[in-house]
Amino acid sequence: MKLLAIDASSLVASVAVLEDNTLIGEYTTNYKKTHSQTLLPMIDALSSMIDLDLGSLDAIAVTKGPGSFTGLRIGSATAKGLALALKKPIVPVATVDSMAYNFYHTEDLILPMMDARRNQVYTGIYQAKGEEVETLVCQCATGLFDILEKGVSLAKENDTGLILLGDGVAAYDQEIKDFMKEQGVSWSYAPAHLSRQRAASLGVCAARLYREGKYLDGMDYQPEYLRVSQAERERAEKAKV
Amino acid sequence: MEKEIKILAIESSCDETAAAVVVNGRRVLSNVISSQIAIHTLYGGVVPEIASRKHIEKIDQVVTEALKQANLTLDEVDGIAVTYGPGLVGALLVGVAHAKALAFAAKKPLIGVHHIEGHISANYITNPDLKPPFGCLVVSGGHTHLVRVMDYGKYEVLGRTRDDAAGEAFDKVARAIGLGYPGGPKIDQVSKKGNPCAIEFPRSSVADNPYDFSFSGLKSAVLNYLNMCEMKQLPIVQEDVAASFQQAVVDVLLSRGVHAIKEFGFKDFAIAGGVASNSAIRKAFEEECEKLGVKFYRPEPILCTDNAAMIGAAGYFEYMAGVRSGWDLNAVPNLKLGER
Repeated sequence: MKLLAIDASSLVASVAVLEDNTLIGEYTTNYKKTHSQTLLPMIDALSSMIDLDLGSLDAIAVTKGPGSFTGLRIGSATAKGLALALKKPIVPVATVDSMAYNFYHTEDLILPMMDARRNQVYTGIYQAKGEEVETLVCQCATGLFDILEKGVSLAKENDTGLILLGDGVAAYDQEIKDFMKEQGVSWSYAPAHLSRQRAASLGVCAARLYREGKYLDGMDYQPEYLRVSQAERERAEKAKV
Repeated sequence: MEKEIKILAIESSCDETAAAVVVNGRRVLSNVISSQIAIHTLYGGVVPEIASRKHIEKIDQVVTEALKQANLTLDEVDGIAVTYGPGLVGALLVGVAHAKALAFAAKKPLIGVHHIEGHISANYITNPDLKPPFGCLVVSGGHTHLVRVMDYGKYEVLGRTRDDAAGEAFDKVARAIGLGYPGGPKIDQVSKKGNPCAIEFPRSSVADNPYDFSFSGLKSAVLNYLNMCEMKQLPIVQEDVAASFQQAVVDVLLSRGVHAIKEFGFKDFAIAGGVASNSAIRKAFEEECEKLGVKFYRPEPILCTDNAAMIGAAGYFEYMAGVRSGWDLNAVPNLKLGER
């Protein structure tokens, strides 16, 4: 089974091709250029480097959200266009789930967090058991300290440590350090190569979903933002008053 | 027989998700438009984030339907054209990313098209005899441009608005007199029952360029008039305000157009864009062009509003001129006409 995995949910742009248990190629950048300028040139470069026959793909995997609204749409529109032209299905993957797949068989709980602005993070809590990653807290938009408290209490309950990763870590570094120092739980930040979205991890997660039949016709796939637009929020607030 | 070049075109610069297939820049095989107007009406105007979300929901369906109606597969088209500016950046990006992925996977040339060039080119579809050079006035919700079309794909912008677009002024005035969004068609309708000479609104000109437009003064004058009526407790005749405002817009547009016709000696003159559907503007240009012995062109109404057929027409001429866009094609929200 061969997958093309695409992530554009944050500043990172990442694409990978996986076949069964082999990563054939991955191209990841974490740079300020827009995804519109980087994503398809990266797919093109990777495809030609590995002589990829696009027709041999079984599916296109993409992070469905949460993340930067525009980034999600660039990734999703790219996945939809490829899927439509190639007549292949799309495997949508929750962004925070895909980040947890950066880890394998660790006792420590995995706590990815993406900066969601407005004093929130997109986050969840996971545990990697063998090749499977179990979800303890489903991905959601919540306050930084709410998820840290939850992580600490779950770590104590399970007698494990905590691994923090994602661009939320960089955004709230000092707040995290101040909060964690008195908690009596061993914790660490993930190292550079595991600390952001990686299309290879997304692909591993997507392969599992694909085997479970969790794929869609591109036509039926939509990003999941976890948040309504500002205009809708303000309109709903006005209606309440 | 001339080879048939079939262009699949995608447009998502504002609040319409559209796709079309056009042959040789003139013959429309399909023209599919999914309008979001109902949802934006709730907010009194286009909300960019909502527009972008709707585009991604509809883009696959619209493209699939355009191919189906044209009775073609993606493999059978010769190129893919897409609007890459100007417009709302988030909205443009959906069409651009989708078009790039389609072109990449189907191994087709990609042609980035300027939205205004699309509006101008809508005239090639409705008017098979129209060929450059000609003068063209593009008026829409986001744009007011007076353009000298020197050749296919070659433009000189003679004048543009310094503030509000003509369509924007229509929307704002319509809101102020309680007609709601979208303002253009509503003011057009109501004006038919009003007196265009009832109120004398200003016809502003711009000091340093005889072809530039300014509509913010006119819009303010209407708002001031409404305030004045309210303060003095005078009755407001909606029809008269609408008709007098519309007449002021028509006079300003017409004077710039006529000036250009005389200075450049255009034998042909066209209008384009959403506001080109306005019946008073059409009539004024039609009559004036006849007086001047100039042939007047306009697209049919369905090609005035944002659509992808016009992008397919423009894309064909760019394709023939050898224009090809790279996989790094980006959305350019303030793209200038004639620039790449």
